[in-house]
Amino acid sequence: MGKWKTLAKAAIELAAIVAKFICLYHVTDSYLFSPTIVSGPSMLPTLNMTGDVILAEYVSHRLGKVGPGDVVLVRSPENPRKTISKRIVGMEGDTVTYLVDPNFSLRSRTIMVPKGHVWIQGDNMYASKDSRHYGPIPYGLILGKVFCR
Amino acid sequence: MGTQNFLWNVAKKYFTFGIIGLTISDRYASILPVRGSSMSPTFNPHGGSLTDDYVLVEKLCLEKYKFSLGDVVVFRSPSDYKEKHIKRITALPGDWIRTPHSNDILTIPEGHCWVVGDNSASSLDSRSFGPIPLGLVQGRATHIVWPPQRMGKLDRKIELEGLGF
Repeated sequence: MGKWKTLAKAAIELAAIVAKFICLYHVTDSYLFSPTIVSGPSMLPTLNMTGDVILAEYVSHRLGKVGPGDVVLVRSPENPRKTISKRIVGMEGDTVTYLVDPNFSLRSRTIMVPKGHVWIQGDNMYASKDSRHYGPIPYGLILGKVFCR
Repeated sequence: MGTQNFLWNVAKKYFTFGIIGLTISDRYASILPVRGSSMSPTFNPHGGSLTDDYVLVEKLCLEKYKFSLGDVVVFRSPSDYKEKHIKRITALPGDWIRTPHSNDILTIPEGHCWVVGDNSASSLDSRSFGPIPLGLVQGRATHIVWPPQRMGKLDRKIELEGLGF
């Protein structure tokens, strides 16, 4: 009888340790930083087409400290299950001038970024689907800032 | 030396509970207060009463982002990412909606949804800021947990006026 009790106690302790580790992993993964693999041609030459491992941190965007020039991970406005990486070109209130479709013409448009939104563009303008197609995205879609490759 | 040890132990316990609570509230469900009367009479039917309603918001729906018409969701405001709002989804991607006070027809783009408060007279919702990306949704409210006389599951109901064809 005593043996079962000690066994049960050891099992509960082990389960508690595993649970604590899972929670610690979740908190680090969502609130601190985590490595991710990104792939695709839209951020050439900064990021590779066939996959790059990057470190993204999740602290600055909660403090509002991301700005133009940062490469960020955002949730795609067309498919919330997809995460895409682009560079911020303008914050709310900025005027952004951009080439509408550099593959076909040199036409450019100027737009002002509305409150609470940001304008993102891929470094490779010729093969990138970004704010030039779906407009400025709300700041709330930003997941984290890429700081290391 | 003894008190230092004791304080350290207490701090460790609080830290552990904090992390566990944060994980559960992010991944599974959390309880949030509802402020304002934009969702009367579903929440806060007597706007301005002393206590707010509390709802159970489940986060399991964020795996697949599959919502249905009539779900009450919590989302970050598109004009201020720090604010969270709670409204009801009245149109999903691909639906057509007629905007009130003008005779336009609007298609909800891919990955977006149209949210409206139940109390349309005093509700700041998609009629002002347009369809919102589903990525802004932070959870779905399923039950009212406070006050006790209105505790229970939330229905999925939609006002038929204002829906598209």
